Amino acid sequence: MSRLRITGGTIVDPAANLEQPSDLYVADGIVLAHGDAPDGFSADQVIDATGKLVAPGLVDIAARLREPGSTSKGGIISESQAAAAGGITTLLQPPDTQPITDTPSVVELIHSRCNEAAATRILPVGALTKGLKGEQLSEMAALRDAGCPALADGGRPLHNTLVLQRALDYAATFAIPVMLTPEDPYLAAGGATHEGAIANRLGLAGQSTATETAALGRLIAIAEERGVAIHVGRLSSARGAEMVAAAQQRGLPITADTAIHQLYLTEHDCAGYNSLAHTCPPARTTGDREVLRQLVSTGVIGCLCSDHQPHDPDAKAGTFDACEPGISSLDTFLALTLRLVDEGLLTLKQAFERITSGPAKALGLNVGSLQMGSPADICIIDPKLAWQIKPETMHSRGKNTPFANWELTGAATTTIVDGRVVYRRPSD
Amino acid sequence: MSLQLDSQGRLRHLLTTEGLPRELLTRILDTAESFSGVIGKSVKKVPLLRGRTIMNLFFEPSTRTRTTFELAAQRLSADVLNIDVATSSASKGESLLDMLHNLEAMQCDAFVVRHADSGAAELIARHVRPGVAIINAGDGRHAHPTQALLDAFTIRSEKGPLEPLTIAIVGDILHSRVARSEVHAFLGLGAGEVRLIAPRTLLPRCFDGLPVKVFEDMDAGLEGADVVIMLRLQRERMSGALLPSESEFFKRYGLTEKRLERTSPQAIVMHPGPVNRGVELDPRVADGPRSVILRQVTNGIAVRMAVMSMVIGGHSDEAAIRNEEVSS
Repeated sequence: MSRLRITGGTIVDPAANLEQPSDLYVADGIVLAHGDAPDGFSADQVIDATGKLVAPGLVDIAARLREPGSTSKGGIISESQAAAAGGITTLLQPPDTQPITDTPSVVELIHSRCNEAAATRILPVGALTKGLKGEQLSEMAALRDAGCPALADGGRPLHNTLVLQRALDYAATFAIPVMLTPEDPYLAAGGATHEGAIANRLGLAGQSTATETAALGRLIAIAEERGVAIHVGRLSSARGAEMVAAAQQRGLPITADTAIHQLYLTEHDCAGYNSLAHTCPPARTTGDREVLRQLVSTGVIGCLCSDHQPHDPDAKAGTFDACEPGISSLDTFLALTLRLVDEGLLTLKQAFERITSGPAKALGLNVGSLQMGSPADICIIDPKLAWQIKPETMHSRGKNTPFANWELTGAATTTIVDGRVVYRRPSD
Repeated sequence: MSLQLDSQGRLRHLLTTEGLPRELLTRILDTAESFSGVIGKSVKKVPLLRGRTIMNLFFEPSTRTRTTFELAAQRLSADVLNIDVATSSASKGESLLDMLHNLEAMQCDAFVVRHADSGAAELIARHVRPGVAIINAGDGRHAHPTQALLDAFTIRSEKGPLEPLTIAIVGDILHSRVARSEVHAFLGLGAGEVRLIAPRTLLPRCFDGLPVKVFEDMDAGLEGADVVIMLRLQRERMSGALLPSESEFFKRYGLTEKRLERTSPQAIVMHPGPVNRGVELDPRVADGPRSVILRQVTNGIAVRMAVMSMVIGGHSDEAAIRNEEVSS
């Protein structure tokens, strides 16, 4: 029986509407109590969190580890260690692994690798259709039984609207949450950046905002018609976010996330063919970014994710068109979220809600809270710790970040999963 | 801009016409004019780049462009190597830059780069060692600066200074590296008015504040133009649902003798070639008295000689070239 006491910190738990100085007690991987020690409690280990925040471990609903399939870019060991160093205790890996996560055997393969080596809790998301081809439904119930908490299109939106409708109907039969990418594959084809002034100036094919809004229109129409819940991921446009807001106002069970980098980058970051800012969906205009920020603030976009996509140097060394999209972001997810608090966009509690209980609630995960009886997934944060993003010192195998040299404040000093310390900042 | 200009404002690489100062654009054209004299002589060579090596690095086929660069280098007495690379084998960063460094080890002084991806020439320019020059011979849909400069040179030769002129560019503006470079070059040289004429499917949605006039109606766009530049239409645009048919395009946007009547009486007709006769141009216009298409080809050699001499030889004024000419 392992018993842990975290003392002197300020607990921030949006799920319990809590932001107050308090000790925290853990026993056998479960949160036992706040405040006064339970009768007869004696700690095996005491962590001094004086001056620090004690928050639920972060829940990241879109982070690619590159295993199985592309271990030159990342892997379960390296990326889960990066996640732990970034305060993330649960992460969901999209199904576009190699092989695709579309059968229980691939889920088992991932689980067995995670059991061997993972620092954090890794939940594989199952493929909505076999091979993510958008033709045949996957064995959804079997995937759920194997341990997939949700199903997704893995960033390869279904071309066939009828297949999409049937996939949503079938997933709803078993009450499995579905995460969808709002992207019209025809409008997206060939476009490496936002269709705007910068794309024209650089001579790059662009993706219009309609790439997102047309797809969202289709998703929302089906969700409304069939009465099913959906989660739409990685929103990038003002109009798209407003469509989600309108659907929520009509009472539809639709939740949404955006990648943290969408709240900082714009199309201008692609100037000079900066392949590090090549993302999918692309960063859009300053106006889009401001509306996304506002709707994150109001909670219409209730989740932030890292959309972590580590790459080897070669993947970003070619021309803008030829380079692979994505940012390595596990190392920077927490601090970029906390920066939104410094900028006055979110309160501290709101910020943690977007990265803990918000995503957990959207996908029905039993994590993201420090309420009694919850899994003891805890992130202890020094909110005043100033640091600079240096790709060479990032924990992720992927060093591809457009935020290099940014000065940030706030970092995880200790990360705990199921009551077990999985990361401790060296100086701590 | 600092990538293609050195601290004294001299041309290090030629990657784009965007942002080039007017005096530099003018100097390139003036230098080209000096070389025109050389090309007209029985011995068409000057020793400006003797002992220098230029490599034509073409990742997509273009016999015409490559030939004019090759000829320009030879007329400057440089050694020329032609490397044709399948884009598929060198589009990934590692192989593209690996290849570059291997070729660089052969002590080349300049690379003329043609690539299907926008920004490829700039990427290479960022990675070559100091002293090696890059000349962009067309990258993706981004830039084709020497084509734009030779067009500017041709216009200046035929019509005089660009300031009073109205220049219309017609056709596939959206995908055209030539059109983008022309807009920057013509505006940089102070052209009176630059018009872009195309159906909406072939026009970019944003022009980043550039003072161009956009016309979807060909007849309105041609009204009073002094120069009409017809762009080459790629046939795959039909299958990509950008246009219904070649005949429909010709009917709405093809340059016919009748349409030409809307332009200024002394207007010239240009085309970067090769011409799709009956698609962009009525053959009678392509071969007619207003057409300067073949003179564009000739001027291309002089302009490319000028650019090469400036980025490699450091000869940036016509007096130096005249001296070389005399001594040879």
